[in-house]
Amino acid sequence: MSKHTDQPDMKRREFLGKTAIAATAATVAPGVMLTVANAGSDEGVSSDTRWGMLIDTNKCADGCAACVDACNKENGIDILSKPEDQSDEMWNAQRPQWIRKVKLKDKQTGVVTNLPMMCQHCEHPPCEDVCPTGASLKRADGIVMVDRHTCIGCRYCMMACPYKARSFIHSNIAEQVVNSPRGKGCVESCNMCAPRIDGGATTTACQDACMKDGHQAILFGDMKDPDSAISKALKEKSSRQIRADLELNTGVRYTDV
Amino acid sequence: MAKMHYRELWCESPRYWGGLALLAFIIMLGMAATYHMEHNGHYVTGMSNQVVWGLPHVFAIFLIVAASGALNVASIGSVFGGPMYKPLGRFSGLLAIGLLAGGLAVLVLDLGRPDRLIVAMTTYNFKSIFAWNVILYSGFFAIVGLYLWAMMDRRYGAPYYKPLGFTAFFWRLALTTGTGSIFGFLVAREAYDAAIMAPMFIIMSFSFGLAFFIISLMAAYWWAGRTIGELRMTKLKNLLGVFVGAVLYFTLVYHLTNLYITQHYSVEAFVLLNGGVYTTMFWLGQVVVGGVIPLFLLYSPAFAHSRLAIASASLLVLIGGFFQVYVIVIGGQAFPMNVFPGKEVLSSSFYDGAVASYTPSLAEGMLGVAGIAIAMTLVAVASRMLKVLPENLEDPDEGEIA
Amino acid sequence: MRSSTGIKRFAGLLVGGLFAALAMTAHSGSAVTQGSKAASMDACVALTADMRRNHMDYLQHDRHASVRKGIRDIKNSLSGCVDCHASKDDQGNYKPVTAEGEFCEACHNYTAVNVACFQCHRKTPQEMTSSVTTGGNKLGLMLDDGEAPALSAEEFEQLHAKILED
Repeated sequence: MSKHTDQPDMKRREFLGKTAIAATAATVAPGVMLTVANAGSDEGVSSDTRWGMLIDTNKCADGCAACVDACNKENGIDILSKPEDQSDEMWNAQRPQWIRKVKLKDKQTGVVTNLPMMCQHCEHPPCEDVCPTGASLKRADGIVMVDRHTCIGCRYCMMACPYKARSFIHSNIAEQVVNSPRGKGCVESCNMCAPRIDGGATTTACQDACMKDGHQAILFGDMKDPDSAISKALKEKSSRQIRADLELNTGVRYTDV
Repeated sequence: MAKMHYRELWCESPRYWGGLALLAFIIMLGMAATYHMEHNGHYVTGMSNQVVWGLPHVFAIFLIVAASGALNVASIGSVFGGPMYKPLGRFSGLLAIGLLAGGLAVLVLDLGRPDRLIVAMTTYNFKSIFAWNVILYSGFFAIVGLYLWAMMDRRYGAPYYKPLGFTAFFWRLALTTGTGSIFGFLVAREAYDAAIMAPMFIIMSFSFGLAFFIISLMAAYWWAGRTIGELRMTKLKNLLGVFVGAVLYFTLVYHLTNLYITQHYSVEAFVLLNGGVYTTMFWLGQVVVGGVIPLFLLYSPAFAHSRLAIASASLLVLIGGFFQVYVIVIGGQAFPMNVFPGKEVLSSSFYDGAVASYTPSLAEGMLGVAGIAIAMTLVAVASRMLKVLPENLEDPDEGEIA
Repeated sequence: MRSSTGIKRFAGLLVGGLFAALAMTAHSGSAVTQGSKAASMDACVALTADMRRNHMDYLQHDRHASVRKGIRDIKNSLSGCVDCHASKDDQGNYKPVTAEGEFCEACHNYTAVNVACFQCHRKTPQEMTSSVTTGGNKLGLMLDDGEAPALSAEEFEQLHAKILED
């Protein structure tokens, strides 16, 4: 599948090296020091990392949608607007939603829980299994996402996902943000802000927004690093996976559900 | 046994070209519908993120399932050695190819990115049953094409007739297993997660395929003014009866199995009792129209010699089968997934826990019907160009059927 | 397809002739769109002749690396193309690179090759705002956490040029 360039590898290394030197040396504007992201990133993401999220549902506030808004902004999801001739009902069923707020009531105890629902980043994702072209993929670091270059829009992954985490783009998109290329006819879902994370960021957009609003319900981090905040929190509190009976070993965990 | 003569389908020009023109018109409407859907995006359809596969998929799956079943007549002739079926083998192979082409056309034209068909053909994820189906479908065309040649070329093709017949037979079993498994392997949705899906699709294919075969055969002979013998018709008719009964039986077992699993009570209640349109389609469409009435028409002594009864029964089997696929595909998606067991969903912007609504748009219907028209056009053109239909299908004399 | 009028055909010939001339002299200056950043620079990420022939392969190779392996500090990035090759209109707004006569469109239209990239990718450079910063950029650089970027587009371009020089 992947085409190899006729570009000699040395050129690329040389370029990267020069970039690194120039970048680390040059203080281009006062007060801004440039550093190289992912030094030695030729290998790309590694399986020594597994990105995950822990959601403390006790802290998730009723009626708050800061995470949803932040996700929409980060990924340019709200750039897609309702086609003029579409009904509100259908638009609501068709518009992409990477993350959504859900309010639940326990049938036994009547306890009400609020939580954000998104791609659960399974270790064994059913969407990846069923995808005919391999466009649905799980990266080495555990992020499950769609390679839209090979997505043919068959929607089989949406049939297979037990969490209804995926959306299909039903109409033309006039504009995108650079970090989130997306277009009509492909399937998409939460990718844990992969471009951000690859750039060296340690938080996702939804986590930042939740933090900013003072709820701190979302904790993102490396579940394989024993010293990370998420690893410690997972050890301390009992958490659960949604639909744990399917044994998909999700990367998104919830406490107090 | 007297030598069977095959001849191209011939009928008067106005009749033939008139029919073709009608089919071409339907296909053109389908193309317009496709353009409409692909140009604007799928928002113009009734499909959504809740019901992701709609009417086109119902048509496509129905045609693909029927395609593999249509080959059965040929298989009975060559694999199981039924002399009464052997002369029908060529037409059976042709019909199978036509139906599959029609079904696949619909499936491909409904993709979000049909322009990337080449990606689907060159990039495979072998864990996906869908990817296997791409191979199974392409292989089916090749194998049935060769099989057809072996049946028609008596000099050079004859030695390959048996082996190709066997290959085609096993291939079509694999193909329908693959189609059924598209649903059977979906653990997420309660209506689908069942191993019985694959064998049920096979038996459905027997029934729909034969019904399609009987209708097209009768239509072709009526078109060309040729005759079909009573004995042969009765054989086909009885076989259809058995298949229709078998589909009902598998449906029963499928629902009984589900009723045994507590977890699946609510999805069963949805299909059998309170699913609104899906419940109606199941009982009225699938069971009564597609099962009970055809069985009555096929087995009642009152209609023992009625050609009309056979034709109507076949048509009803197809209509019932269509509803059956509709209930499986759309009904299975409309029923909410149990994402949060033990919880009641108070609010969600994504219809969690709510029955999804689906109203097919006209464009989807036009695309689906165009699929059937594509199949019929292929068959009509090919039977006029190739010697697939026996000159007459009068009953053989006594003693010739050994 | 658009019907090509006599004028357009003539213009096509002219552009084609221009390209032929450029290819022979191996001088890169004027194939790029006037007023784009690229117009002020010596070379692209590779020699012009190389880019003309092989840019699609470079992009395809690196898209695989960035999407599947998360390598974002790639050399051949599509947003890099856009950042450099987009030009502004009279109001100072960026024109899409796929607009008529713009860098991507002009050549792809002439060679009748469909550019599928921009069905999904952004067609204009994204102005740097604080909300979208962390995603690294085509130079393989990122800004220190929490700092609002104080680099203007021009400064980035100068840095780019500087790296290529030495």
